[in-house]
Amino acid sequence: MLNTRNKWLVLLMSILLVGVLVGPVGQIEARTIALNGAGASFPYPLYSKWLDEYRKIAPNVAIDYQSIGSGGGIRGILEQTVDFAGSDAPMTDEQLAKAPGEIFHIPTVMGAVVITYNLKGVKTGLKLTPDVLADIFLGKITKWNDKRITSINPGVNLPAQPIVIVHRSDGSGTTNIFTDYLSSISSTWKTKVGKGTSVEWPTGIGAKGNEGVSGAVKQTPGAIGYVELAYAIQNKLPYAFLKNRAGKFVEPTLETTTAAAAGAAANMPEDMRVSIVNAPGQDAYPIAGYTYLLVYKDQKDKAKGTELVKFLWWAIHDGEKFAKELLYAPLPGNVVKLAEKKIKQINYRGEVLHK
Amino acid sequence: MRKKSYKAWLEGDIAFRGFTYLAALSLVGVVLAILWVLVEKSQLTFTKFGPGFALGSRWDPVHGVFGALPLVYGTVVSSLIALAIALPLSLGIAIYLTQLAPHWLRGPVSFLVELLAAIPSVVYGLWGVFVLVPWVRSSVEPVLGSALGFLPLFRGAPYGFGMLAAGIILAIMITPTISAVSREVLLAVPRSQQEAMLALGATRWETIRMVVLPYGRSGILGAAILGLGRALGETMAVTMVIGNRPQISPSLFELAQTIASIIANEFSEAFNDLHLSALVAAGFILFVITLLLHVMARLLVWRVARVPQGVTRE
Repeated sequence: MLNTRNKWLVLLMSILLVGVLVGPVGQIEARTIALNGAGASFPYPLYSKWLDEYRKIAPNVAIDYQSIGSGGGIRGILEQTVDFAGSDAPMTDEQLAKAPGEIFHIPTVMGAVVITYNLKGVKTGLKLTPDVLADIFLGKITKWNDKRITSINPGVNLPAQPIVIVHRSDGSGTTNIFTDYLSSISSTWKTKVGKGTSVEWPTGIGAKGNEGVSGAVKQTPGAIGYVELAYAIQNKLPYAFLKNRAGKFVEPTLETTTAAAAGAAANMPEDMRVSIVNAPGQDAYPIAGYTYLLVYKDQKDKAKGTELVKFLWWAIHDGEKFAKELLYAPLPGNVVKLAEKKIKQINYRGEVLHK
Repeated sequence: MRKKSYKAWLEGDIAFRGFTYLAALSLVGVVLAILWVLVEKSQLTFTKFGPGFALGSRWDPVHGVFGALPLVYGTVVSSLIALAIALPLSLGIAIYLTQLAPHWLRGPVSFLVELLAAIPSVVYGLWGVFVLVPWVRSSVEPVLGSALGFLPLFRGAPYGFGMLAAGIILAIMITPTISAVSREVLLAVPRSQQEAMLALGATRWETIRMVVLPYGRSGILGAAILGLGRALGETMAVTMVIGNRPQISPSLFELAQTIASIIANEFSEAFNDLHLSALVAAGFILFVITLLLHVMARLLVWRVARVPQGVTRE
């Protein structure tokens, strides 16, 4: 027989038990959906801004992006440890062949690579042509007062100083875009060095990160190196104007970067894996590239897939508005249209997730 | 019997023994696990290049050609430069602090030296880029070049970045380790022996040279090995000043690259499997170098300890 005290205890236990069993059922509607992403560090400042803003619109979706490098992002998406990945370089055919499903490349913003230098009395605006730039980095032009440099820079007082090259030592998307450009304009570079996130440099000092390169350039008289456009603007580094395919010397800016994408959009392949270095167009700055989000075409989880598609759609429309203030070049309209087409194909068992 | 072992258990003998046994065993486990990963993940590289990987001199991720010799060279030479600078300096510090310094000065100076050990290596690296490298470029290298330029060691353009800067920064980083351990070793030299020497009419210098240093020899050697081990594995500070160029050049002014530094640089963006496995293979070689170093150190310590000169141990 239960005495009064035990009866109360049983009642209390029952209430607790019911609470435990029923509680989660009531919460399912409000369950947060977690999306994990990882990859390229170049767009990280923008992506974290996006995630902040997106949380305000969709508080039930928790999106996380870890800046671990494009290589890590690609490994993550191949091994399906992340729901989406970020990469500064499109995946190669070889990598895509390893994927368990079709992977889409959704471009988000663009970055440009600028040439910075340390020359006493020479500010922003040193003019360089593609072949001169390639020969400097190949170690063929070794002095700043070389005729090939002075002839395109009349009126600029160039010293008889040796040129010291500074390049990135860490694997990086910036190096990939830069060496992609050099490969596209110099056949010697293409066969001898090639393009990649890390390459065998013919000459020069290796420094880690944009800050390492700019630090080494600042410390070394006569140095020349390359950094991201955003980094150069933030740190007020002097940079060179480059001669583009149309024959015009172009200043690297967000506008000329977007112009490069717009110029290259006509030749955009269906899968969006494209290099936009040396793009056609009067105002196109020649060393630019997309950064992508990588997602599977066939989503395995309907709820997650739906939220991922919503986020991607928001990113290439509303998200683009945050690009400029963070010094990223937004996608031109015609590329947004192409990206939309891709997002509309993302599906769960044949059911299109975009509404 | 049963009662006794129960008592022993109560007193913690068996439990304690078991715990320490497990602790020691886990360390062996960790080493074996690391070795296994290094061997397994570097298979691709060693099957493709064979032992030639350790002797190859090119590092070209684009064309898939990998050789570790310049990295081994950079690692070993930068560490040896560091040791050549840090060992005399550390011994000087240790001798001064234990034998010569006034008592009120010993505490603060020891504290400052040990403080150096607590500075993160990235801070050393930043200091290296903004202070050391310009100083090496504008002062050290031109002076060395003009005075000793007849040696191949001191030829070439003064970049500031390079092997010399890396050696100097490593020397500063390992000095606290070597001097702290050496100081403890010298403090352990019996007072009676020193006093006996002084009683025989020896000067301070003679006492240090003939009693203190010989007595502490194996300990000092151990301190040096500890420092060298740290220098071999140092990553961040080295990468920021060495110039990151895998090449073998007799000149200390030239750029170089170390194993730890190239792994830190390229690992996160290594796209293809061969590149990744080449980096792990380089790590495996570093593991082997460290192992060889410690085996050699052990042999040296044994030799030194076996043949005492001039003194007998208490």
